[in-house]
Amino acid sequence: MTTQNMHDWLNQHGDFLYRFALARLRDPHLAEDVVQETFLAAIKSAGASEKSGFAEQSSPRTWLTGILKHKIIDVMRKNIREVAASDLMTDADANMDEFFDETGHWEEKPLAWDMPENALEQQQFLGVLQSCMDKLPAKLAQLFLMRDVHETDNEEICKELNISTTNAWVMLYRARMGLRKCLEINWLSA
Amino acid sequence: MLDCKDASQLISQSLDRSLTLRERFVLKLHLFICIFCKRFNQQLQTLKVALKNMRLGVENDENIQLPAKAKSRIANSIESIKN
Repeated sequence: MTTQNMHDWLNQHGDFLYRFALARLRDPHLAEDVVQETFLAAIKSAGASEKSGFAEQSSPRTWLTGILKHKIIDVMRKNIREVAASDLMTDADANMDEFFDETGHWEEKPLAWDMPENALEQQQFLGVLQSCMDKLPAKLAQLFLMRDVHETDNEEICKELNISTTNAWVMLYRARMGLRKCLEINWLSA
Repeated sequence: MLDCKDASQLISQSLDRSLTLRERFVLKLHLFICIFCKRFNQQLQTLKVALKNMRLGVENDENIQLPAKAKSRIANSIESIKN
C-alpha cells in the first residue's frame, strides 16, 4: 500500500463513495466528512498490517464501501444521540390516538394513491417525500433513514442505538404513519 | 378480531421482522375485509420503493461528484498521515 495507491483510489472511487454517502445521509457536508474518514481509516488499516484490511479477494471499491458503511452508521448514531431529550420516544407516546378513534378505526381513512407514471410527476412526488422526511421529528427521521433508506438490519439498529426491538418497531411505525399522512396532505391534495 | 390500529402495526412490523403464522393469518383476514388497511399496506410498499428509487437516483447520478475542495482536503490528509 503506497500513498500513490490511496490517491489513485481517491480519484477512481471518491465520487462513487460521495454519492453513496449523500444518498443515505442527505447532507453534503456530512457526506464529505465520512468519505474523508473512510480514506483515513483505509490508510491506517492498510498500515497496521499488510495482511489486514484490504484483502486480495475484494475489489478496492468493495472494501472502501464496507468501511464507509460503518462510518455512515457512526454518523447516524451520533445524530440520534444529539437529539434533545425532549424528543425521545417512550412507549407511552406510542398509543397513536391521533390516527385512530376509540374503537380502533382510522380517524382519517387512508386514500387510494394513484402513483404518477410520468417523470415530472414522479419528481414532484419525490420532492414532497423529501420535505415530509424533513418534517419528521429528528430522532424518528434518523432512525427511519437508518432502517428504510440505509436498509440497516433491524438487530444492528437496536444494538447500535441501544434500544429494544419493540421500541424500534414502535418508532418506525410512527415515522411511517407520519410520512404517509404528510404525503396525503401535501401531495395528493396538491 | 384485529382492529385497524393493531392491523396497521402488524403491517408496519412486517417490514422489520417476519410475522408469526398466526399474525399473518389474522392480518390476511383483516386485509380481506378492510379496504383502508389494504390501502395503508400498499402505501407502505409504495413508500419503500420510492425511498429506494430516491437513494438509487443519487447513487447513480454521475453529475454528482465529490466537490473539488473536499477532494483536495482529503488528498492533503492522506499525505499528512502517510508522512
